[in-house]
Amino acid sequence: MSLDPATVRRIARLARIRLDDGQVEQIGAELNSILGWIEQLNEVNVDGVTPMAGGTHGMAQRLRADLVTDGGIAEQVLANAPDREGAFYTVPKVVE
Amino acid sequence: MTYAIEGSSGAWEVVIGLEVHAQIISQSKLFSGAATGFGASPNSQVSFVDAGFPGMLPVVNGECIRQAVRTGLGLNAQINLRSRFDRKNYFYADLPNGYQISQYEQPIVGTGVIEIELADGSTRQIGVTRLHVEQDAGKSLHDQDPSRSFIDLNRAGVALMEIVSEPDLRSPEEAGAYVRKLRSILRYLGTCDGNMEEGSLRADVNVSVRKPGEGYRTRCEVKNVNSVRFVMQAIEAEALRQIQVWEGGGTVEQETRLFDPNKGETRSMRSKEDAHDYRYFPDPDLLPLVLEQGWVDELRAALPELPDAKRARFITEYGLSPYDAAVLVAEQATAVFYETLARGRDAKQAANWLTGDYFAALNRLGHSIEDPPVSAEALGGLLDLIADATINGKIAKEVFEAMLESGESAAAIVDARGLRQVTDSGAIDAAVEAVLAANADKVAEYKSGKDKLFGFFVGQVMKAMAGKGNPALVNDVLRGRLQ
Amino acid sequence: MMLTDLTLAEARAGLRAGRFSSRELTQAFLDAIAVLNPKLNAFITVTGAAALAQADAADAALGRGEHGNLTGIPLAIKDLFCTKGVRTTAGSRILAPFIPPYESTVTANLLRDGAVFLGKANLDEFAMGSSNMTSAYGAVTNPWTRRGDNRALVPGGSSGGSAAAVAGRLALGATATDTGGSIRQPAAFCGIAGIKPTYGRCSRWGVVAFASSLDQAGPLARTVEDCAIMLGSMAGFDAKDSTSADVAVPDFAAACARGVKGLRIGVPREYRSDGMAPEIEALWSQGLDWLRAEGAEIVDVSLPHTKYGLATYYIVAPAEASSNLARYDGVRFGARSEGRDLIELYEKTRGEGFGDEVKRRVLIGTYVLSAGYYDAYYLRAQKVRALILRDFTEVFQKVDALVTPTAPTAAFAQGERMNDPITMYLNDIFTVPANMSGSPGLSVPAGLDAQGLPLGLQVLGRHFDEETVFAVGAALERAAGFSARPGMLAGA
Ligand SMILES: [Mg+2]
Ligand SMILES: [Zn+2]
Repeated sequence: MSLDPATVRRIARLARIRLDDGQVEQIGAELNSILGWIEQLNEVNVDGVTPMAGGTHGMAQRLRADLVTDGGIAEQVLANAPDREGAFYTVPKVVE
Repeated sequence: MTYAIEGSSGAWEVVIGLEVHAQIISQSKLFSGAATGFGASPNSQVSFVDAGFPGMLPVVNGECIRQAVRTGLGLNAQINLRSRFDRKNYFYADLPNGYQISQYEQPIVGTGVIEIELADGSTRQIGVTRLHVEQDAGKSLHDQDPSRSFIDLNRAGVALMEIVSEPDLRSPEEAGAYVRKLRSILRYLGTCDGNMEEGSLRADVNVSVRKPGEGYRTRCEVKNVNSVRFVMQAIEAEALRQIQVWEGGGTVEQETRLFDPNKGETRSMRSKEDAHDYRYFPDPDLLPLVLEQGWVDELRAALPELPDAKRARFITEYGLSPYDAAVLVAEQATAVFYETLARGRDAKQAANWLTGDYFAALNRLGHSIEDPPVSAEALGGLLDLIADATINGKIAKEVFEAMLESGESAAAIVDARGLRQVTDSGAIDAAVEAVLAANADKVAEYKSGKDKLFGFFVGQVMKAMAGKGNPALVNDVLRGRLQ
Repeated sequence: MMLTDLTLAEARAGLRAGRFSSRELTQAFLDAIAVLNPKLNAFITVTGAAALAQADAADAALGRGEHGNLTGIPLAIKDLFCTKGVRTTAGSRILAPFIPPYESTVTANLLRDGAVFLGKANLDEFAMGSSNMTSAYGAVTNPWTRRGDNRALVPGGSSGGSAAAVAGRLALGATATDTGGSIRQPAAFCGIAGIKPTYGRCSRWGVVAFASSLDQAGPLARTVEDCAIMLGSMAGFDAKDSTSADVAVPDFAAACARGVKGLRIGVPREYRSDGMAPEIEALWSQGLDWLRAEGAEIVDVSLPHTKYGLATYYIVAPAEASSNLARYDGVRFGARSEGRDLIELYEKTRGEGFGDEVKRRVLIGTYVLSAGYYDAYYLRAQKVRALILRDFTEVFQKVDALVTPTAPTAAFAQGERMNDPITMYLNDIFTVPANMSGSPGLSVPAGLDAQGLPLGLQVLGRHFDEETVFAVGAALERAAGFSARPGMLAGA
């Protein structure tokens, strides 16, 4: 599989990363060589193999007790915000 | 008869599927220890996990899992002992992590069924495709500032159940009945408060239209409709729009739309225009969710009696009509009130009083069955006085009004106001004699064949006795005297 | 002898014996940092005042005869661990203004045991790199130089600042993280020891995530025993991390003295290929001879799928990273570039906030997860990963540990191998398989190449059997008697 500039732009849009045309060219070429190199996995016979999901195996999800142990720290969650209005985060107006 | 919309090209059938998002009743959020209460001050119920801070990790709230399984059992659905959390990746202002943790490939609950009752008394089985657990997003306020939207993350991370139906619904009425029935089941189970105003129950409505006998055509999803009435209106509006598009020679584009209750129309959601590619994959911060069959069985055994079972029991045990039974079981509190009232009494009469005068009084006084102005026991006391002929039905309505005002018992009111009905024949004879004497002309007309005057004489006698005469005795005496 | 030349174990003994104070020790390292850090750029942030305050508290505790595992020990903290009130950048411009209101579990454990934090160590941006050239805060220089050649060499990555700080005697030890080799490869390049413990051994809570199913924290220090001592404090069950394993933390340091008599050591034949440099091949055989001499049995084994580890890694890690890094959107924390609308704000914030390597990996990850490609790339990779895990599981039924080279080459010069990403990626060919399987892996300094640069040997073990890994690593260390010192030291 090979990425044309249009695909690179679509992927960059999905990832919300602005690329200028030069970067589309350069990164596109780099991605293509990486994807080409990754193709080696097609040699592997994976029939009937259960894929790994996550880094642990044989472990199951632990469940937490339903207790209120957090929150009530509005100032701390807002302290790093680049822009805020009172106790709200802000973004450019979103039109639905 | 099936619902259809007449277009210029003939009849159109409407195909509807619902995705209901129900907020799980829990103290803390699905993946964090922040509180879930409604209406708290902005960002006051937010942890660093909910705000997607660097290095923060989710830990699953066991109560939310328990509630989801109980709901699945309540929908007669298959419980998956092994399920998994996946990430749904997309950027949005109120989605802090840039992904929503949901269940995509392996939901915790599989196929189930919901039975809906329609106005004509008929019922339909509606398929449930799946129920999965996921986290809610935050709230964006768009009307606070000319150039900015404000973000409140209090709701971000609150546990939701997404309950997806098969495209089995065929009319706004069926869709409305489905939402009402689902809401009723959730409230019986205590897994969701069903409060649509506060957004704890929201419906995404998938609508398409087709000619009878056709396969499915393209559907549109109308997002976040927040009342049963709007669900029904949105379906009608969207169906009409699609019919116009098709009949205008166009094609319906699959898209996400919003319902505008004021205009009564749906419109495309610009913020969701971007082509969707959610890039689902298993959340590597979480492990497979594994349930014990024994634990699931314990939950099943502990489920309360649900609306369908209760309705069936009311029909057989109290001899109610399917319609009355459905009305009485819709809300658990109503059913409890009814059973207290009907126990040891005329069950039909109890149903009539409750659905008639009592519901009317609740509406009039703006009360709900949870805070009854007259308790089931007190109302029962009134019915007892009718049953043992202490008062007649007409006086009973007067006594009920007095009970609503004074809060006193029926018996006390009857005694205080001397409303016991008169059964002493002497008193009745005297009243009858007086009425006949005062209306000699009418007596003559009656005897010459004007039978319908009999009712007039009964009315006059009752009036003379201030309504307290025993209606049966009054009739007997009059009939005898007018022979 | 200078205080900064002490090993962590020696310094700990000296503090407890009252031969010197933590303030003296800490001040010695701060002075060395002042002299050498301008050359090495190992630290992004130095927290001198806080360090001295922690040192005084440690001295007070020692004075009362109370001490934890690390009381008074000055450490460097990789700038990927969130530290409460201390800027945490992850080596990225996008986190330049970020001051965490919380302390990561691992660093909190170190503080609980009395450690002193000298500052935040440089790293590849979001731990993505093998040379520390991708940091938004400048490259890190390896304190080692080739004989008769003063070109600046890379310290390896992504924990390059941590490794350079330890090798340059700017800290007794350092925290690090390893997603594809980011502890072991810099350890080898800088002539120090470093262990990536079993996945789940150290909590990931409060560590800026790169690839959640691979990331694992561990220590870098000058000796195997020092690593064992540090890991004893860093490790432990954490209910806040669902992937944290609820297993006891053994006495890792004690395991270092066990010896290897009777142990079966596997040599995976697949690692021999790839046109390995002769001196690395030679060092490897030398290491096996040392172990044989110590009474271990050397067994030839096969890990048929490990050669696919790197390609698998370059699907799984970018995929997870593309999702983990979506939170850097300029709304709640970090840098923001303004935009006319929300999408432009996102695209400019991330376009200007991320460096090229991060962009490359986020884009690759976005692509391999995107509609139509998930099965061909991500799902297949996770199946190959399962096969790699199966290879290790089967081999560890036959042997107690594996020994391989840590990296295919010694440290290279800054600017070398920058031309194409894959050459750079090949640095991790020997380390990546252990991340795929979650196995513990230790790198031990075992010798020098012809140019006088350090080379490392890697010891791999069973899940949660770091003790055997330490035992084998310590035996190699004793046999190698590695005593060479880097050319760039504050004292020199
Ligand atoms: Mg939906
Ligand atoms: Zn949903």
